Amino acid sequence: MIEARALIDATPRDSIQEFQTGDTVRVNVMIREGDRQRVQAFEGVVLKGRHRKGDTPAPGATFTVRRVSYGVGVERTFLVCSPLLDSLEVTRQGKVRRARAYYLRGLTGRSARIKERR
Amino acid sequence: MGIQGLLGRKVGMTTLYNEDGTVDAVTAIETGPCVVTQVRTDTRDGYEAIQIGFLDAKRLNKPAAGHQQRSGGRFRHLQEFKASDLSEFEVGQSIDAAVFEVGETVSVSGKTRGRGFAGGVRRHGFHGGPKTHGQSDRHRAPGSIGAGSSPGRVWKGTRMAGHMGNNKVTTRGLKIVMVDPERNIVMVRGSVPGARNTLVRIERANNNY
Repeated sequence: MIEARALIDATPRDSIQEFQTGDTVRVNVMIREGDRQRVQAFEGVVLKGRHRKGDTPAPGATFTVRRVSYGVGVERTFLVCSPLLDSLEVTRQGKVRRARAYYLRGLTGRSARIKERR
Repeated sequence: MGIQGLLGRKVGMTTLYNEDGTVDAVTAIETGPCVVTQVRTDTRDGYEAIQIGFLDAKRLNKPAAGHQQRSGGRFRHLQEFKASDLSEFEVGQSIDAAVFEVGETVSVSGKTRGRGFAGGVRRHGFHGGPKTHGQSDRHRAPGSIGAGSSPGRVWKGTRMAGHMGNNKVTTRGLKIVMVDPERNIVMVRGSVPGARNTLVRIERANNNY
């Protein structure tokens, strides 16, 4: 029996660094403005999702990044295998004790800080 | 080739990335190889069609085996499709996914998953009764099924609980987004009736073949 997900050739780009929940990452996304294409960065904390080199995630696998912009919380969900993701750098490895850091949504300021993982 | 459609097996759903970065939810269907088992002609049968067989049969009775003998196979499913030119087809010929093109509009029929005896809430989308305000045993009840002594009976066709699913459903207007003749896979955008690994019938829209 064939499996549907095996029919799709979807792998994350090599320029996507390994990350996990709690890390602060900088996602460089390709955006199209008219006929021009440029790269825009979105930096924030990973709420859910991870990536390890050598993984073959499901073609529809996603991760969510949260940042606070002008006092407003903004969350963006990306597809890990999307060709629109130019690259991803981890700027800080965070220590969180759960796979989905939703508790950060209710915290602001000093209490929203995450300990660094070393 | 000018055939109206083909038989296939639903493989399942997955995600397909387009070149511009957009994403489609697609259903993969294994189409064929289907083998022509009979050509129905106007003079002999009163109509024109191509009969094709799909998937190997475990057991066949003798009349069915005899009928399929000339095609060289033993098939679980036999179905007929219209064709624009019968002379293109002969018994024993194999037809695969390559008859479809990317961008074509098709309709796909399949047998929906059987849901057994289902109540009105699940089967017809009834709202059920109130959860509170002193209600008891009315949470998923159907409510009124008609007026009183006039007409004094329940109208035929009134929606009630009963057997749900396991019936033929056709989804129309599906776009083919990928054809892989090597693996005999066709992908359509959107969902298709039926469970995985069940038989589906793909037909071109608007008799455009």
